[in-house]
Amino acid sequence: MRNLIKIAVRNLFRYKRRTLLTSSLIAFGVILVIVFGGLAISFKTQMVGILTNTALGDLQIHTKGYVESIDNLPLNLTLSGNKLAEVEQSLKQSPYVAAYSPRIKFGAMISNYAQTSNIRLSAVYPQMENKTCPGLVNRIKKDLPNPDQFIRPGEILVPDNLMKGLGLKVGDEIVLVATNKDGSVNGIPLHIGAVIESVLGPAGKDGFIHIDDAKTLLRMNEPEIVEIAVHLKKFDQLNTAFNELKKGMVAPQSGIEVHTWEQLSPFASIARIVDLLILVVKFILISIVLVSILNIMTMSVYERISEIGTIAAIGTRPGRILMMFLMEGFAMGLLSTAVGIVIGLGLLWLMNLAPIDFTFGMMQVSLAPSIPAREVVLITIIVMLVSIFASLQPAYKASKMEPVDALGHV
Amino acid sequence: MTLIRLENVTKIYHTGEVPVTALKGITLEIGKQAFVSFIGPSGSGKTTLLNLMGVLDKPTEGNLLVNGVNISSLDRAEAATFRANTLGFVFQNFNLIPVLTVYENVEYPLLLVKHVPAEERRRRILTLLEKVGMVDQKDKYPNRISGGQKQRVAVARALVTNPQVVLADEPTANLDHATAFKVINIMHEMQKELGTTFIFSTHDAKIVGEAEILYTLEDGVLVNQETKNRN
Repeated sequence: MRNLIKIAVRNLFRYKRRTLLTSSLIAFGVILVIVFGGLAISFKTQMVGILTNTALGDLQIHTKGYVESIDNLPLNLTLSGNKLAEVEQSLKQSPYVAAYSPRIKFGAMISNYAQTSNIRLSAVYPQMENKTCPGLVNRIKKDLPNPDQFIRPGEILVPDNLMKGLGLKVGDEIVLVATNKDGSVNGIPLHIGAVIESVLGPAGKDGFIHIDDAKTLLRMNEPEIVEIAVHLKKFDQLNTAFNELKKGMVAPQSGIEVHTWEQLSPFASIARIVDLLILVVKFILISIVLVSILNIMTMSVYERISEIGTIAAIGTRPGRILMMFLMEGFAMGLLSTAVGIVIGLGLLWLMNLAPIDFTFGMMQVSLAPSIPAREVVLITIIVMLVSIFASLQPAYKASKMEPVDALGHV
Repeated sequence: MTLIRLENVTKIYHTGEVPVTALKGITLEIGKQAFVSFIGPSGSGKTTLLNLMGVLDKPTEGNLLVNGVNISSLDRAEAATFRANTLGFVFQNFNLIPVLTVYENVEYPLLLVKHVPAEERRRRILTLLEKVGMVDQKDKYPNRISGGQKQRVAVARALVTNPQVVLADEPTANLDHATAFKVINIMHEMQKELGTTFIFSTHDAKIVGEAEILYTLEDGVLVNQETKNRN
């Protein structure tokens, strides 16, 4: 095998310029995949991180049917009492769960005594919410000496556009009016604790209050939890954790549903498009490798017909001739991939020295591209396999040549 | 003792619309340790005959036995193995592998065809390169040596597997007269020293004189056989 590789490499360098051009093209494809993949994966990771760390959590648990009617923010599909205790117990015992945050989500009217608007509210335990969505405090326009107390009883965090629309200032008193699950309307006065930015910019109408205030407003004797957001210890264990939690708590009669962030956020579609784009770039790479190697190997076989005749005449078996040419294509792929990976990773390293900053909604995103090792291994395997596949036809042709015809070729 | 036996061998090519008969009913026997030459004008069938005896092609009719094996019964892989074990080739255009050095060209059949151990390989290669006077050029690539030197390397490559027969199709056609004689003399020396049968085709009248057995072909027919005693 070592000798076959030696001959293959020497044959490649027989036509230096042609080999250089072809391997440059393949290396360019590899660089494209690495750099584009690095940027796209970095963008996706950042955006998913922002969404899960500031709003959604990695997973969410609801009563069955809640997600289907989520636009109405129903208050009759809740978890409480023993059922809530069981779910919390499961979460505490799960090896995958780092933190969780029970939420009551409901719609209300907000009034400054002169004007009224509507608002979507998340009532939370601030300490649990901060551990589950640690990025949330970054959206609050206020110095927070203790992020675990970003909302106190008697306070409300109001989104920027409502503040402006209702002419409110931090410290002002407002009245929240809401209807509970029995249809009873109630109102409580609260003070504006801070302004909160929406992830997606000024269009949002999402505010936060303390869960104790929600209990008062909605006349609950005990917390009737609408949603539990879950933060995992390791995000890449999402699917495993999802399946484990589902298995543990979603019995047919339990009436509980578990959803990943992907099932809840429209950004999952963008993430899928990003994945699709990476796939397209990989297909471009495959096409480049396929055409380049097929071209160079076909030329190589046609230029060396007489030589193939010679090696066949002196007793080289057809299988070995096939291997010789496959090895040549493989060596070309390997060489080009190695060069492409080195340059591609070098470019990513340079990009990390000067990260690309941009604003997405209200969030500052800093792209420091990197590519997982498994992606680099995958690219290498793809190029190697395609190189061998592309060499197959020319190599097969070489192995099938009749020595007497090949020797007579001019 | 017969090494190659042809019994009424005919070879017809079907390359165009009209079939071309390259050899017609050739019957002959070549013994071991012979130094045989086939002569004849261009198109007389010399190369076709050498290709058949070299197990590179199969007769259309008749039987051809090399070392007792009917070559018509061999498939491509078996024919390759048979050639590797029994035959050596020297070509008109030398046909050295350009990416391999002189040493590696001679090594090729031992390494990639016969898998001979390294020490044995080295011994055989250096012995043969010494015999053909190319040991001092062993690290050069074929494009750095002359035509005569290339053919001496080709002779060494043909002999390195200890074949019973070396077939050489016009081995001196691309060499000047003096070099051609040197190459033929080397082949003759190897024949005597190693007991290898040498069969070559030529149309060079002076080289022809070096052969011990001379066959003349005309239009695919064997028209004359002459046995000479060079001593």
